[in-house]
Amino acid sequence: MNVEKTLTFPVKIGEDVVRLRQVVRAEAIAIGLSLVDQTKVITAASEIARNTIDYGKGGDVTIEVVNTSGRRGVKVVFADNGPGIVDMEKALTDGYTTGGGLGLGLSGAKRLVNEFDVKSTVGHGTVVTLIRWKA
Amino acid sequence: MEQIPILRIGDCLLVSIQVDMHDRMAINLQDSLTTRIVETNARGVLIDISALEIVGSFIGRMLNNIASMSRVLDAVTVVVGMRPAVAITLVELGLELPGVKTALNVDRGLLLIRRQIDDGAEHA
Ligand SMILES: Nc1ncnc2c1ncn2[C@@H]1O[C@H](COP(=O)(O)OP(=O)(O)OP(=O)(O)O)[C@@H](O)[C@H]1O
Ligand SMILES: [Mg+2]
Repeated sequence: MNVEKTLTFPVKIGEDVVRLRQVVRAEAIAIGLSLVDQTKVITAASEIARNTIDYGKGGDVTIEVVNTSGRRGVKVVFADNGPGIVDMEKALTDGYTTGGGLGLGLSGAKRLVNEFDVKSTVGHGTVVTLIRWKA
Repeated sequence: MEQIPILRIGDCLLVSIQVDMHDRMAINLQDSLTTRIVETNARGVLIDISALEIVGSFIGRMLNNIASMSRVLDAVTVVVGMRPAVAITLVELGLELPGVKTALNVDRGLLLIRRQIDDGAEHA
């Protein structure tokens, strides 16, 4: 997988989530994602960013334009040094929340992208990676 | 912080969300709408989301909350103008808006509110 472009910034407050949505939208448009696919990847990124702030105590996000065998995609990686996810299976279940949310962020974001990966170490932090490929 | 304006038209409140809201803005809107419903004895609340390019779980929860609160305060909430791409994404996200009434545009939304108020009056 080749990286064509990369941009990293912190996600610590609500305004950072708004900025992230704008950046992801711009890259999604740049690689020619359909309107529905743009909306899906922006929504997924927004959900994970909110988790980074609410549960991960803030962290960093990296947005990349990537390509592999001629196919382009938008890749977004979130990393925090928060408490980590204790029960990954539960966390990825619709409706599971420890923070009074709807419990749809992780499971829903996973459905909205083509590739989704969560790596978490209790006491150390969480890294969530998502990719939406141009169809 | 930027505030979302709440307009009063007769016995209805009209909110048109024209900016990408972060979580705190959404909470503020929810709170000020509740206050305004009580202050103005509003019977209907119309929320225009046609400018919103995404609706995630937080805004979804806010819309649900506003609908439930307005119901308790005897007002009808109708959400109008959801973009098709947003609707498709919401379904895949798994977000349901059980108590939220929706209409295609502001005109139809106002009609729906009027009908709901009149129906309520009949049954009272
Ligand atoms: N970065 C993170 N660090 C630690 N725990 C996390 C992280 N992200 C998610 N979690 C845990 O996973 C649970 C599920 O997250 P998910 O986003 O699905 O739901 P939620 O944030 O609780 O509610 P919603 O996103 O619907 O508002 C969270 O309640 C939290 O316990
Ligand atoms: Mg979440």
